[in-house]
Amino acid sequence: MNQPPTVRDIRDLIRQRARSVTDVCRDALARLDAVNPSLHAFNTVTRDRAIARAAELDRDLDRWRDRPLVGVPVALKDNLCTRGVRTTASSRILETFVPPYDATAVAKLEASGAIVIGKTNCDEFAMGSSTENSAFGPTHNPWALDRTPGGSSGGSAAAVAANIAPLALGSDTGGSIRQPAAMCGIVGLKPTYGRVSRYGLLAFGSSLDQIGPLTRTVHDAALTLQVIAGGDAADATSAPEPVADYAGALTGDVRSTRVGVPSRLLETGVDAEVARAFRAALETLAARGATLVDVELPHAKYATPVYYLVATAEASSNLARYDGVRYGFRAPIDGPASRLRPGDKSDRGGDNERDALRTMYAQTRERGFGAEVKRRIMLGTYVLSAGYYEAYYLKAQRVRTLILRDYDRAFDHVDVVAMPTSPTPPFRLGERVADPVQMYLADVFTVSANLAGLPAISVPCGFTSARLPIGLQLTGRRFDEAALLRVADAYERDTEWWKQTPEL
Amino acid sequence: MLAFTMPAIFTLEQVAAVARLAELELAPNEVEMFARQLAGILTYADQVRQIDTTDVPPTASVLTRHASDRADQVRPSLDPDEALANAPEPARGAALFKVPRVIG
Repeated sequence: MNQPPTVRDIRDLIRQRARSVTDVCRDALARLDAVNPSLHAFNTVTRDRAIARAAELDRDLDRWRDRPLVGVPVALKDNLCTRGVRTTASSRILETFVPPYDATAVAKLEASGAIVIGKTNCDEFAMGSSTENSAFGPTHNPWALDRTPGGSSGGSAAAVAANIAPLALGSDTGGSIRQPAAMCGIVGLKPTYGRVSRYGLLAFGSSLDQIGPLTRTVHDAALTLQVIAGGDAADATSAPEPVADYAGALTGDVRSTRVGVPSRLLETGVDAEVARAFRAALETLAARGATLVDVELPHAKYATPVYYLVATAEASSNLARYDGVRYGFRAPIDGPASRLRPGDKSDRGGDNERDALRTMYAQTRERGFGAEVKRRIMLGTYVLSAGYYEAYYLKAQRVRTLILRDYDRAFDHVDVVAMPTSPTPPFRLGERVADPVQMYLADVFTVSANLAGLPAISVPCGFTSARLPIGLQLTGRRFDEAALLRVADAYERDTEWWKQTPEL
Repeated sequence: MLAFTMPAIFTLEQVAAVARLAELELAPNEVEMFARQLAGILTYADQVRQIDTTDVPPTASVLTRHASDRADQVRPSLDPDEALANAPEPARGAALFKVPRVIG
């Protein structure tokens, strides 16, 4: 198969009028039709809307041709609100939800000329590491259909890896962009917390969530970040810091760059083939002139348990809004409560009708949410409840401070920190679903960037003997995506991994 | 073995109590499953509780500065029909969401 076109290739072909936006869009949809049945990367395909939009750009190309992403097909994770297009978060509770507004990142992409071709499958409300927690069935890894694509942005990663679209947006709360990017052999960028507006992203962990691109090259990730970054009056946590020229920062020069390696953290729990690929990646960076420096992140080993205490607490609060009243699924309740929960005082006259409302809430949520979402709501409710709040939630927040300080100290000496993105190659579908703790360990190297609010990127760094992709993760200083992308791009220039595509 | 200062075992009653707080009506098999799994996750999380955090402040947000407040001005918002479009039981004329009866 020829090298599939990148974001930059497509944009340039359209600017040169070598291809029409409509042709590019039809190609993407044809590829989607051919491979999506075996992948299940999409929940919704916006075929007619995409073709109409492409025709609109073609008709008025003089106005559009200088826009940075003109004619680029894009797939959106199904937890990003799209005006008039169903947005489910892969949950039964939002199966028919049609948002009345666009997420800011989506509006910015469309204003830059990108064409939305569909909404991608994910773990329900982005809670998971394998895309198996989707109410609509799992996504399959394009490199090995019996394996997961990672998660939670597994549909977005599979769509890019399978060359359906050169660009997808995902969201990353604990690794949900980077880990599936690694497992599908592509690039995934989680920007600094606040760099991209979260307006219109269905909230999971509000102090952790970030939207970011999944692409085949670092340059494409830089082009996309350029478009979606920036402060937003609709998101009070978005940052007003100026947006750098990210593509312009990709000089290939890492001669004065210091790359931190937390060797002690990586001593245990890393698959041998992943460890080998990681060491080779460090040698590639060193050969290009970067200096490798050992760093200590003494609290990073606690990042996963801290994350599952903090993220579930935030999730339990955020997901309280799904109550069957204003939008989404409502369990049908006729008259007084048919089935009362233990402890409810149902036998005291007037309480019956109050019970009818609360029973509606509880049955709506019971039937609308899947097992992992309920598990996290339960854990989050528990750690926030009286008597446990200080022991678990507040304690986790204090350890979060220690993790943050570890990184601040490391960045006194180095420009980026390198780790494998995932400790293992993609695992088999079904392999970890019964054991939540095993599943959570897939995030062991990604969650600390969310806890500390740092930008981090995964780039392809090799394959296992079974030809499964492996990712290199680089973490940077807050709001210094330019340096992070520069190092990632320099690495990419000396490797061919990113050029490989799965046979489908 | 780790020493637990909190019970590492969830009773079915504890799970049911948390489910009530979370407004979830769990099926009996889920109550059992969550009792087992939540205990497993908290056992795993217990290592966090062993760390010395004396004089360490909690981090709730990594934001280093308060975002500017928006101007206090009337701006366009969703019209009632749009706001009701996704409601399971809208009362369109009255622009209200209907819920099961709560007062007699």
